[in-house]
Amino acid sequence: MSLRPATPVLAAFGALLALAGGEAAHAVLTAPREAARLQAEARLVRDLGLTDLALFTEARYTRHPSLADLATAFQDNPLSFDHFPSGSLIAPPEHFGPTALSFSAGDLR
Amino acid sequence: MTALNRHRALLDFTVAALARRRVKTLALVAVFAAVVFLLASAMFFAASLRREAEATLAGAPDLIVQSLSLGRQTMIGAEAVPQLAAIRGVTGVEGRLWGYFYDRINGANYTVMVPDTAAMMPPPGQVILGEAVPRLRDFKWQGTPLFLSRREGDLVRFDIARTLGTETALLSADLILMNEADFRSFFNVPAGQFTDLAVSVRNPRELSTVVAKATIRLPEARFVTRADIARTYQKLFDWREGVMVALAFVALLAFAIFAADKASGLSAEEAREIGILKAIGWDTRDVIAMKLWEGGLISGGAFLLGTVLAYAHVFWAGAPLFAPLLKGWAVIYPEFRLTPAIDALQLGTLFLLTTLPYAAATVVPVWRSAAADPDAVMR
Repeated sequence: MSLRPATPVLAAFGALLALAGGEAAHAVLTAPREAARLQAEARLVRDLGLTDLALFTEARYTRHPSLADLATAFQDNPLSFDHFPSGSLIAPPEHFGPTALSFSAGDLR
Repeated sequence: MTALNRHRALLDFTVAALARRRVKTLALVAVFAAVVFLLASAMFFAASLRREAEATLAGAPDLIVQSLSLGRQTMIGAEAVPQLAAIRGVTGVEGRLWGYFYDRINGANYTVMVPDTAAMMPPPGQVILGEAVPRLRDFKWQGTPLFLSRREGDLVRFDIARTLGTETALLSADLILMNEADFRSFFNVPAGQFTDLAVSVRNPRELSTVVAKATIRLPEARFVTRADIARTYQKLFDWREGVMVALAFVALLAFAIFAADKASGLSAEEAREIGILKAIGWDTRDVIAMKLWEGGLISGGAFLLGTVLAYAHVFWAGAPLFAPLLKGWAVIYPEFRLTPAIDALQLGTLFLLTTLPYAAATVVPVWRSAAADPDAVMR
């Protein structure tokens, strides 16, 4: 019996589904370990009193966006592009408030 | 059983027809899968970071009080501590000492901090380091001391008490934890001065009242609540995901043009094929079922491939494609592992956004030509 044309395609789908299943199993199996890791992180946050993620370390206001000065982002001149590349990936903090030029946080989105 | 056999036969026919245009089909699946891969990677990455921030920063201080002067944050005096502690509902006020240190040797910015709890406090002359500091300084053996230079000709030695693990790198990669006395002498901070104050409040629902009362006592101060921190991160990840999705949207648009061209502008060859099928007795239903199989195979296969690759990229390989984008000019980039977090709703939306339009674009023109007279189509 010769191979039906759809068989290799279905086999490829099967392989992809198996891989997706493997990834789902990975997500489920690592969940307890990851939960423990998140707990360790939460403990560290409590012990040290941390407020921010150490994701962007290039500037003060990207390292601690939640505690940034009110004028740090876009500080060099009005409407200037941000100095640091990650500044373009960070939104102004929620509690930024209206500026003297009455831009609100929403306008800077 | 007959319906199953019919579909099996239709599937065989569809695959054979696609195999005749092998290069075109494979190129289409590859482009489609690449678009799905980019969008799904951005989604997985943002969902995972958001979950990480939500889970960990829930333990952040209830309220941070900063002193503002000349439009900038300045040191806050210890005299503010009793003023805040006297507010009803406040259970504790801690002066926090932290700041930044620019490392002249490798250009990295470290965050130097005095821990809140005694358990994490290193002994005098010693520091606890985040994962990235010894990595960047290239410490090869245990017991290598850390030398920090504040200016030309200055060198301060600290012994390393221990290093924080990579499992908390996303929060602690650039940290240098110091004893309070060491911190004050290293940064020349006089006694009675703090970077900011951490206030704990007994009932979180009283926080806004506490802030209102504290504003009266310290009118020049700025108050950042834990909810503000959470909102900042929520917004930050929405923003970042938005940037990535905006980039991927351009790819999606290009793909839409590609797919629409491929799917709706039915080539003369395909139109003739449909005409022949109709002439040899295929039903319009059969032709549409065949084309649905075609659209389903291509879009379903590309979606599956793109999503599976995106998962492997983000959670197994650590999102190497996004790292340079996130790193910017920073010298320190934490070596962190992400917790798999999949937003089923987002994934479902991505599935509908990518596969349904393609299936529709395949079927509608076919339906138009399949419903027509075979003789007219073949001409």
